[in-house]
Amino acid sequence: MKYQSQSVAKLYFIAAIALFAAQILFGLIMGLQYVVGDFLFPEIPFNVARMVHTNTLIVWMLMAFMGAAYYLVPEEAETELFAPWLATLMFWIFLVAAGLTVAGYLLVPYATLAELTMNELWPTMGREFLEQPTITKLGIVIVALAFLFNIGMTILKGRKTVVNLVMLLGLVGLAVFFLFAFYNPTNVVMDKFFWWWTVHLWVEGVWELILGAILAFVLIKTTGVDREVIEKWLYIIIAMTLITGIIGTGHHFFWIGTPEYWQWWGSIFSAMEPIPFFMMTVFAFNMVNKRRREHPNKVAILWALGTAVMAFLGAGVWGFLHTLSPVNYYTHGTQITAAHGHMAFYGAYVMINLTIISYAMPLLRGRNAANPPKSQILEMWAFWLMTVSMVFITLFLTGAGILQAYLQRMGENPQSFMAVQDQIALFYWLREIAGVVFLIGLVLYIASFFVGQKDPEAVAAD
Amino acid sequence: MAEAFTKSMARNIFYGGSAFFFLLFLALTFDTMGQLPNRDNRAALEGELGPVIAQGKALWENNDCIGCHTLLGEGAYFAPELGNVYKRFGNSTDAIKGFILSRPKDGIPGRRSMPQFNFNDEELTALAEFLKYVSEINTAGWPPNIQG
Repeated sequence: MKYQSQSVAKLYFIAAIALFAAQILFGLIMGLQYVVGDFLFPEIPFNVARMVHTNTLIVWMLMAFMGAAYYLVPEEAETELFAPWLATLMFWIFLVAAGLTVAGYLLVPYATLAELTMNELWPTMGREFLEQPTITKLGIVIVALAFLFNIGMTILKGRKTVVNLVMLLGLVGLAVFFLFAFYNPTNVVMDKFFWWWTVHLWVEGVWELILGAILAFVLIKTTGVDREVIEKWLYIIIAMTLITGIIGTGHHFFWIGTPEYWQWWGSIFSAMEPIPFFMMTVFAFNMVNKRRREHPNKVAILWALGTAVMAFLGAGVWGFLHTLSPVNYYTHGTQITAAHGHMAFYGAYVMINLTIISYAMPLLRGRNAANPPKSQILEMWAFWLMTVSMVFITLFLTGAGILQAYLQRMGENPQSFMAVQDQIALFYWLREIAGVVFLIGLVLYIASFFVGQKDPEAVAAD
Repeated sequence: MAEAFTKSMARNIFYGGSAFFFLLFLALTFDTMGQLPNRDNRAALEGELGPVIAQGKALWENNDCIGCHTLLGEGAYFAPELGNVYKRFGNSTDAIKGFILSRPKDGIPGRRSMPQFNFNDEELTALAEFLKYVSEINTAGWPPNIQG
């Protein structure tokens, strides 16, 4: 850590990890409800567990992105953060707002929450991933604006690097496209069309800029490869991301009332969306192979390489699997979608956040470069347990999805949704077991922050 | 990458390519908005039942129905697709109302069950009319069959 004000990132990272733990616990509850339908019914119905699972995910992604920005922007700009107090204040506002919102989901029926927060004045609730009360959404906008102001001013007064510029572009895009969350017409087709402007243009657009910038930063720091080389790669990767991903939004416009030509635009462009992810994999391995130093933080490099591989598999390969419209006709809204969603989010966004946390946390905690070997080895165990179990979760959900599409939509005698669900229960059980292994990995991950901390820190081999 | 390919070339591809494809996306969006009136069943929204359907959509949202069901394939995958439920229930709003009304308060032992929301008749009608409106959107032939 070169600048004192970078330390504000620590708060954001700790909160992110706590929300990650909550996300996984509720994921396990939902997974069990898939096979034991009355588990926790009616106290925590499935939709409430799902809201907590997805909303804690979104909030912890945002928390970690902000933490990453507060850490890397001052270091890249070679100056202190413009207003560290503002970053701390916004952290607490964001955390309290997120906490109250999740408490609202759990403590009162959702309709009561809508009433309490006066949703009828400006109805935005009750849409997937955007379930937050309108007032929470306004809070997110305020936090995002204060955050962008702080980051933007820091970049303005300091050195301008490509990493900072791309990070800023991604974060501005994140804030701008969130504004579509406030548009909610009665017309269902219009509602869905512009809902994707937030959801798709986030995860398959501007968030990838943030992902690229963080990955580039960590690779510059850990490999010592010339910045010029890494920045060129970063530009070309994000160019391909947006060239394919913007029109690629069309893969959501196949069956929601939009014109048929989207089947062509969406299929062709989203079929190319794996390209930037593949380039990212090549990029990360190339940089590590060409490294000019041995960084003692081995586990951070493991996470960085893991991100590149798993993002390609989850977002790239599993996305391609069902993105062509003739295939999607049968798989749309099945467990195939869930399979892709899990590995894509884990591979791209969970792992990049754990990469920057793994790189930055030892420094934020006052070390020279890395955690002691014992702590790193435990974190590596966590890496493998979480990553391998996520691969299995994805495979089991894919199995469930293929059977579901066949039995419900393709076979001689298409069967009803619930009849099919009963027949694929085995896959849901296996997914739940894999989920428990993921939880064990997460426990080890958290433990790695406490284990062996008194030992001398790891040093490079040479 | 070859030395001939410089960072500024990569930067220009990024800015130029992103701007071009975003503008193309806007143009396609503009065209889509022009075509939607013939596809999205807005006649129902502008007709006599418009306010009822709007109330139905508000109820749909305020009870987070999308947290278990899909609607035109989007949502959660825990409970059946509802975009075509009106047709699946024999083109009957009464069948939809009856189903929602009859959900057991304490669930069904060991199985998934929709909660009992205690809607009154006006609310049930609004929800059913909303689902009827959605079922009449032109979805390019999706879902493949009546099971959704």
